Amino acid sequence: MAGNKGRGRAAYTFNIEAVGFSKGEKLPDVVLKPPPLFPDTDYKPVPLKTGEGEEYMLALKQELRETMRRMPYFIETPEERQDVERYSKRYMKVYKEEWIPDWRRLPREMMPRNKCKKAGPKPKKAKDAGKGTSLTNTADVLKKIEELEKRGDGEKSDEENEEKEGSKEKSKEGDDDDDDDAAEQEEYDEEEQEEENDYINSYFEDGDDFGADSDDNMDEATY
Amino acid sequence: MTQAEIKLCSLLLQEHFGEIVEKIGVHLIRTGSQPLRVIADDTGTSLDQVKKALCVLVQHNLVSYQVHKRGVVEYEAQCSRVLRILRYPRYIYTTKTLYSDTGELIVEELLLNGKLTMSAVVKKVADRLTETMEDGKTMDYAEVSNTFVRLVDTHFVQRCPSVPTTENSDPGPPPPAPTLVINEKDMYLVPKLSLIGKGKRRRSSDEDAAGEPKAKRPKHTTDNKEPIPDDGIYWQANLDRFHQHFRDQAIVSAVANRMDQTSSEIVRTMLRMSEITTSSSAPFTQPLSSNEIFRSLPVGYNISKQVLDQYLTLLADDPLEFVGKSGDSGGGMYVINLHKALASLATATLESVVQERFGSRCARIFRLVLQKKHIEQKQVEDFAMIPAKEAKDMLYKMLSENFMSLQEIPKTPDHAPSRTFYLYTVNILSAARMLLHRCYKSIANLIERRQFETKENKRLLEKSQRVEAIIASMQATGAEDAQLQEIEEMITAPERQQLETLKRNVNKLDASEIQVDETIFLLESYIECTMKRQ
Repeated sequence: MAGNKGRGRAAYTFNIEAVGFSKGEKLPDVVLKPPPLFPDTDYKPVPLKTGEGEEYMLALKQELRETMRRMPYFIETPEERQDVERYSKRYMKVYKEEWIPDWRRLPREMMPRNKCKKAGPKPKKAKDAGKGTSLTNTADVLKKIEELEKRGDGEKSDEENEEKEGSKEKSKEGDDDDDDDAAEQEEYDEEEQEEENDYINSYFEDGDDFGADSDDNMDEATY
Repeated sequence: MTQAEIKLCSLLLQEHFGEIVEKIGVHLIRTGSQPLRVIADDTGTSLDQVKKALCVLVQHNLVSYQVHKRGVVEYEAQCSRVLRILRYPRYIYTTKTLYSDTGELIVEELLLNGKLTMSAVVKKVADRLTETMEDGKTMDYAEVSNTFVRLVDTHFVQRCPSVPTTENSDPGPPPPAPTLVINEKDMYLVPKLSLIGKGKRRRSSDEDAAGEPKAKRPKHTTDNKEPIPDDGIYWQANLDRFHQHFRDQAIVSAVANRMDQTSSEIVRTMLRMSEITTSSSAPFTQPLSSNEIFRSLPVGYNISKQVLDQYLTLLADDPLEFVGKSGDSGGGMYVINLHKALASLATATLESVVQERFGSRCARIFRLVLQKKHIEQKQVEDFAMIPAKEAKDMLYKMLSENFMSLQEIPKTPDHAPSRTFYLYTVNILSAARMLLHRCYKSIANLIERRQFETKENKRLLEKSQRVEAIIASMQATGAEDAQLQEIEEMITAPERQQLETLKRNVNKLDASEIQVDETIFLLESYIECTMKRQ
């Protein structure tokens, strides 16, 4: 429209003098890439302030950083299991004081929910519950393995694994107490096993020679 | 919250509180006020970890909570409060200069723990001071209490809002979260405690030697069998009061630089007199008469009344307008224009940045545009006496970096560019904001670089720490010099060199952070007071 008055000739819509370029002068190149990441500076920065105050504040800052790492407010991220258990890990653990907030000042939903009164905060409880059940689970597993050997029922192990996972999930929610949890688990296991097949546990009785002649005469069939 | 601020908050939280707290804190800063379950779902962290992180954040006054309708409690993070973590060394050092070691440790404990009861503070500080004293001497609780009371009287320490005591039992269920209230007059009221005792020295067997496991952890709860007398009354450091002090310091040193020592002392006296009477956000102090000032001058200064009057007149006539005359009664009523002073300081910061980045000629142009408010390109060349080409180049450089802006004044209603005036102007508020944003980015870069340097040399640092621990334990058990020498040689000379370089770099980066924080303080104060005025 009005802008085409020049018929192909480059013409600015405004007075180029106003911006400072003289008529017909070569304009600076268009920049086609982002500015450099570390541009050269013509003027180097002024040196830092030094003095007693500044040095003291510097030392304070570094000390504060270290101190805050060791306070109970610094929550460590749980590490993933390493491939090799390092001996030095045991001796380089930083022991932190326990901190218990003033529950009266916090919303009620912050409090750890436990059935019986325990002093520790919730995550510690959950870890203990987990550990407790895993220990009893190992005991259970050993017992079950013994029973399995007697009965030679392979399918049991899968079910047990499912049970174990189920019980672990329960403990992660951490709503129940350790002992109740473990006790419930044990009862549940026995009931489950009882329901599994139609035979009563004591139905199969070991014969007197069950273990005795297992070494000799293996090629002879037993009737 | 700008991206730069969020990044800086994330780095600060991670360094001081760990990654879990950082994740929760940054999520709250980004998304605003949220209830507990939503936080857990959005960040993908387990509920109990979120609870722990929130407890830590609330303890340190970084997150506040509010009960909304239907009993939902929402948590909100204060981004600006997180950025104050950078300033902790300055707060502690200031207290040291005013109240010596005892005061310094009190404020340090309050900052490290967020909030504490008075008895807890006194006990901790007394124990720490006793450690540093010679054998056999202990720090008395009374002395620490006195310093505490003095800090409260000058408002450097204030009471936290507390749980309201219910007179009668509530008929309904207790609220999901307590609403904390604080009464104005209670804020600096110290409870009557008789803290009697002395600091305890930690037994050397209790000290955490490098990596010695303990069979039993001493239980700390067994110490506090007696009921705490000031249970529920928590104290925190009053950061606003510190900021007021820093502002006064900046004004006094500016006057000292511009004029002389005596005038800066006069200004300091005026500020001290108005500390309690003027609120921190007031545009100017209460008017003070020349007679009052004369009476309150520090004892060492014996200047006569006439000399004081002359100084005051000089200060009031100064174009910077730090001091203004508001009346003639009582020998002349004078006020300090706090907002104008902050504006001058912010402008001086901007000028100094332009000078250091672009050169003194650019700084000349910048000051010219500041003075003339709006100026055309042609006039800039004339007034600044700089050749046209260079002037144009410098103006564009400053324009592209957003230190300046263009104001269009059209001659015709169709805003045709050939018939429009283009005037260069400096909008101090927006330039200050831009510079503040750059400061946040700078500090984030400094912290990242420092972490990178430390991570690069992690192996070497650990080795040197182990060697130091070995040397320390050998010295404790009494070893010969030859053996110590051998252990020290475990670190080779090039490694020592590397460690030296690392230490120097880390110190430089840390010192830079502290100094950038000073600039941040000035700019933030200026922006805050300007926003309040509008």
